[in-house]
Amino acid sequence: MAAAAAAAAADEAEKARGRRAALSFAAIAVVLGLPLWWKTTETYRAALPYADIAALGELSFQLAVPVAVVFAPGSQPRDLPRLLPFRDTEEKETLLNSRTSIASRYEMVCRSTTAQEEAALGAATVQEADAALHQLQDASLGSLSLYVIPETSLLLPQGIGVYVGKHRSALVRAGQGLAALRARLQQVMQIMSFTTSSITAALSDRMPASQLGPDARRHFKSSLGYEITFSLLNPDPKSHAVHWDIEGAVSRYVQPFLDKLSFLANFSVDSQILYYAVLGVTPRFDKESSSFLLSAHSLPHVINPVEARLGSSAASLYPVLNFLLYVPERSHSPLYIQDKDGALVGTNAFHSPRWGGIMVYNVEGPAAPQASLPLRVDVDMVRVMEVFLAQLRLLFGVSREVQPPEVLLESPGNEGLADWELDRLLWARTVENVATVSTTLTSLAQLLDKIGNIVIKDDVASEVYRAVAAVQSAMAELAVGHLHSAFQASKEAVTSSERAFFDPSLLHLLYFPDDQKFAIYIPLFLPMAVPILLSLAKIFREAKQRKKEPTKTD
Amino acid sequence: MAARSRSAIGALGAPGASSISARRDLARAQALQEPWPFPQKAAALCWGPAWFAKGVKMCKSVTPKRALRRSRTCCCSTGRGRTQCRKIKPHSLQEQSSSLMGFAMTRLLRVDKAWEELSNILSGIFCASLNFIDSTNTVTPTASFKPLGLANGTDHHLLRYAVLPREIVCTENLTPWKKLLPCGSKAGLAVLLKAERLFHSSYHSQAVHIRPICRDASCLAVSWELRQTLTVVFETFPSGQGKKDWSLFKMFSRTLTEACPLASQSKIYVDISAKDKEKELLEVTPSPTSVHEAIVQGEKRTYAVYDLLSPSLFNTSRSLNVQLKWKRPQDSLELSTPVLHAQRYVSGYGLQTGKISTLIYNTHPYRAFPVILLETVPWYLRLYVHTLTIITKGKENKPSYIHYQPAQDRRRPHLLEMLIQLPANSVTKITIQFERALLKWTEYTPDPNHGFYVSPSVLSALVPSVIAMKEVDMEQSPLFTSLFPSSDGSSYFVRLYTEPLLVNLPTPDFSMPYNVICLTCTVVAVCYGSFYNLLTRTFHVEEPTRGGLAKRLANIIRKFRGVPPL
Repeated sequence: MAAAAAAAAADEAEKARGRRAALSFAAIAVVLGLPLWWKTTETYRAALPYADIAALGELSFQLAVPVAVVFAPGSQPRDLPRLLPFRDTEEKETLLNSRTSIASRYEMVCRSTTAQEEAALGAATVQEADAALHQLQDASLGSLSLYVIPETSLLLPQGIGVYVGKHRSALVRAGQGLAALRARLQQVMQIMSFTTSSITAALSDRMPASQLGPDARRHFKSSLGYEITFSLLNPDPKSHAVHWDIEGAVSRYVQPFLDKLSFLANFSVDSQILYYAVLGVTPRFDKESSSFLLSAHSLPHVINPVEARLGSSAASLYPVLNFLLYVPERSHSPLYIQDKDGALVGTNAFHSPRWGGIMVYNVEGPAAPQASLPLRVDVDMVRVMEVFLAQLRLLFGVSREVQPPEVLLESPGNEGLADWELDRLLWARTVENVATVSTTLTSLAQLLDKIGNIVIKDDVASEVYRAVAAVQSAMAELAVGHLHSAFQASKEAVTSSERAFFDPSLLHLLYFPDDQKFAIYIPLFLPMAVPILLSLAKIFREAKQRKKEPTKTD
Repeated sequence: MAARSRSAIGALGAPGASSISARRDLARAQALQEPWPFPQKAAALCWGPAWFAKGVKMCKSVTPKRALRRSRTCCCSTGRGRTQCRKIKPHSLQEQSSSLMGFAMTRLLRVDKAWEELSNILSGIFCASLNFIDSTNTVTPTASFKPLGLANGTDHHLLRYAVLPREIVCTENLTPWKKLLPCGSKAGLAVLLKAERLFHSSYHSQAVHIRPICRDASCLAVSWELRQTLTVVFETFPSGQGKKDWSLFKMFSRTLTEACPLASQSKIYVDISAKDKEKELLEVTPSPTSVHEAIVQGEKRTYAVYDLLSPSLFNTSRSLNVQLKWKRPQDSLELSTPVLHAQRYVSGYGLQTGKISTLIYNTHPYRAFPVILLETVPWYLRLYVHTLTIITKGKENKPSYIHYQPAQDRRRPHLLEMLIQLPANSVTKITIQFERALLKWTEYTPDPNHGFYVSPSVLSALVPSVIAMKEVDMEQSPLFTSLFPSSDGSSYFVRLYTEPLLVNLPTPDFSMPYNVICLTCTVVAVCYGSFYNLLTRTFHVEEPTRGGLAKRLANIIRKFRGVPPL
């Protein structure tokens, strides 16, 4: 009997030992095995500044423009609030959408003219005054100097209230009273820096299409470089031997413009002559004028067949601006472009947004019909480059908007671009770059968050950190009105964020879906997990039974 | 006996403008057509010089080079067709490979970077896989190649040469290539380039050459010359019967209607040279504008020339369809062997070692000449240089120059260059043994059992002519001489590419990683299972029983012995 009891006790002890062993197996598997497996198979993901990136999703731009308002003697309005010199700011906030807002702040320093400036303003013509004033300024990018001259000054022609010079200064007639002057100053400042619409156009990617004007998507996206290609299309080399002095024309007309823009991006210019390159549409013959017409609605079909011949952009990743000079076939000339209303287009040219421009160059028929073919044609490059340069300005978003008649804008001269136009472009480009970086980083963060398989290497992470830091510094520099450093920082941010986004290492492990991974693990997991689970279930069952037993005896 | 007729299409040219440099150059194009005895016919088309569309300018600007040569060829036929076409046209044939070579003028440190950019740009322009060119297939030959055109420096450190033996040309490469022609495929000889005919041929090769040349006679400025060549070998005699008549329409299914208006020269050369008495057997229609006699690669040949620019050609009919007829059927088809030709094969059995053998034939009756052999072998074939043997006429032939650069695993290939003297009328056999390396399992190509290609070796030689040649005036027929170069009166230059080799490497079973995982897991699971079982099993103390039969037997024995029972 005692032996039986002892045996039962030993049995019980043995059972308890078995239970403990099973439990410790389960514990080891959970405490040691699972973390070990997790650690050895996890993908390396460097930490990213997710909070900062999320903060970048909401952009509230603060654009500060330093403005010097200089009053010439006798131009101060009587109701000026304080004595000169004094500081004044003018702020305006626009909410573009729930995630984007622009606050512009014009920091005006009002003072009276110095002796030198007075002398400069005493020049005979307004152009000379502008040039003389330019010498006196320490013009940093983005800063403006506005000279208020007496209402009766003869420097400006009759009826002109505002004159915007070639550089970063403007002359403003004092007008009647402070309110009128303020309105004028505000107008000039907006012309010379930015308007809500120019910033909205730069932020076109963040805006719903309905809020954008028709021109908002015309100019080229901000990029670190552009390739400009001039092509001469001669579909009929049998009748026309066309020659153009593109090298001279580029160095004379385009290069000064590009030199001015060289701060903005790298440019490369090349040219080519393509023979037998025809337009995709057959022009309609108009009996009245005995000419051929291309109507506006057929223009979209012109580009595609030509584009196949233009040559690949295999050499770089930069966008290509195409400028095509088309000399129509003899059987189709003269060829004119008709606008939507049926009127002939004066320049005989059109442009395609974010692509380039095409100009049709008609060759005058030979004096004698039996003149020997091919006819030698020397292209009038002045006429052609006028059109191409205008299109180039349009595509870069530096075209001049129509101004009220009292505003006189000085022509930029040989450089093709006034200083303040460059500033205007830089304001828009900086804002655009910041918005691009914000979009890139946000989508990168979203992507990395969504797909846990992506390896995030340290160099990718450091690029992201650099981009975030650069974009933050760009915003800060914008807020204090340092346009130059803001633009540089935004460019840096774009470079870093693109490099992080397109880093090939992000794609390495993308093709290992989770279900396949588990299929590989099953031969290990199944035999190990089943006994543990079964014995755990058994232990659990026995414990439940033991709980029940005392109640039974009751 | 030997029915030899050759036809050659001539040159089409154009004055065109390389635009940004505001310079006008002559662009000429030439097609040379040669019907090989049976059953092929070769047509070589050649355009040049100096025609720059944007694409080419790009690669020029990115990588300023002394000379760039890029050639992609393919040979679609096998066996007899292949060897034949190589034997027939030893000067320019190359099979199933893309090659790219360039002299870079940039500083040495940047050569490799420029080379990489160049191959990427060219692969973009020509829709080719040239971007696969990297350090593992690029070599720096010391003696085989020299810069073309205007170049005084011959620093071989600036030279890069790469071959992709796996890549073949097809339509997608022809289209961008055609776009570079001044008239595209709209006018002139390029009208004949119809892709479905060109690629339905035994042999196809297209090349782009860029080199600097003098802009004018005074040579104060440099122009860049772009030359495009296309070589095709057709099978134009479909249904036996000994009929070897051909026409342009039969070959290209197109006829010519006009010369490219930009051309300064546009000619078709038809080879009508025949041996001695057979002259009268040939008939070409329409009658040629002129007849040109030349000594080409040591042979005297007569060409019927059609000048597309002469108005008389299109007077009678609107289109030109050159036809060649034989007056009576030919039966014997003898091929004259070229003076220099070569053959290469791989031998050996098993997957460990093997042997590459190259046979070089010199069939010149009395002249010996040297030849430079360039071998590039990928790193996964480990060459044993001590096994290199060169045997001519049963005796060892010592190379007078040898340059060997061993491979580095996954970094660069073997490079072997030798200058070998070939005695007259001899066969030289060059053998070298190799061992096959094991690759990492991710390094295998998608079809590893197809084998791995070893790029063709390159033979460069000045072959002495059998008959005296006279100096050819380069200015008079620039394209003709560029197709058949001759260095001086007594010899002509030949560059020969042998066939690429296909070598099998030991190929693993690619499900291996999964199998290993499964096996390991199973072993671990079995061990773990028994271990677990042992540790968690509950042991019962068994009551001792009366004992079994053995015990009873033992007790009976014990009783007998008088010992107490158990």
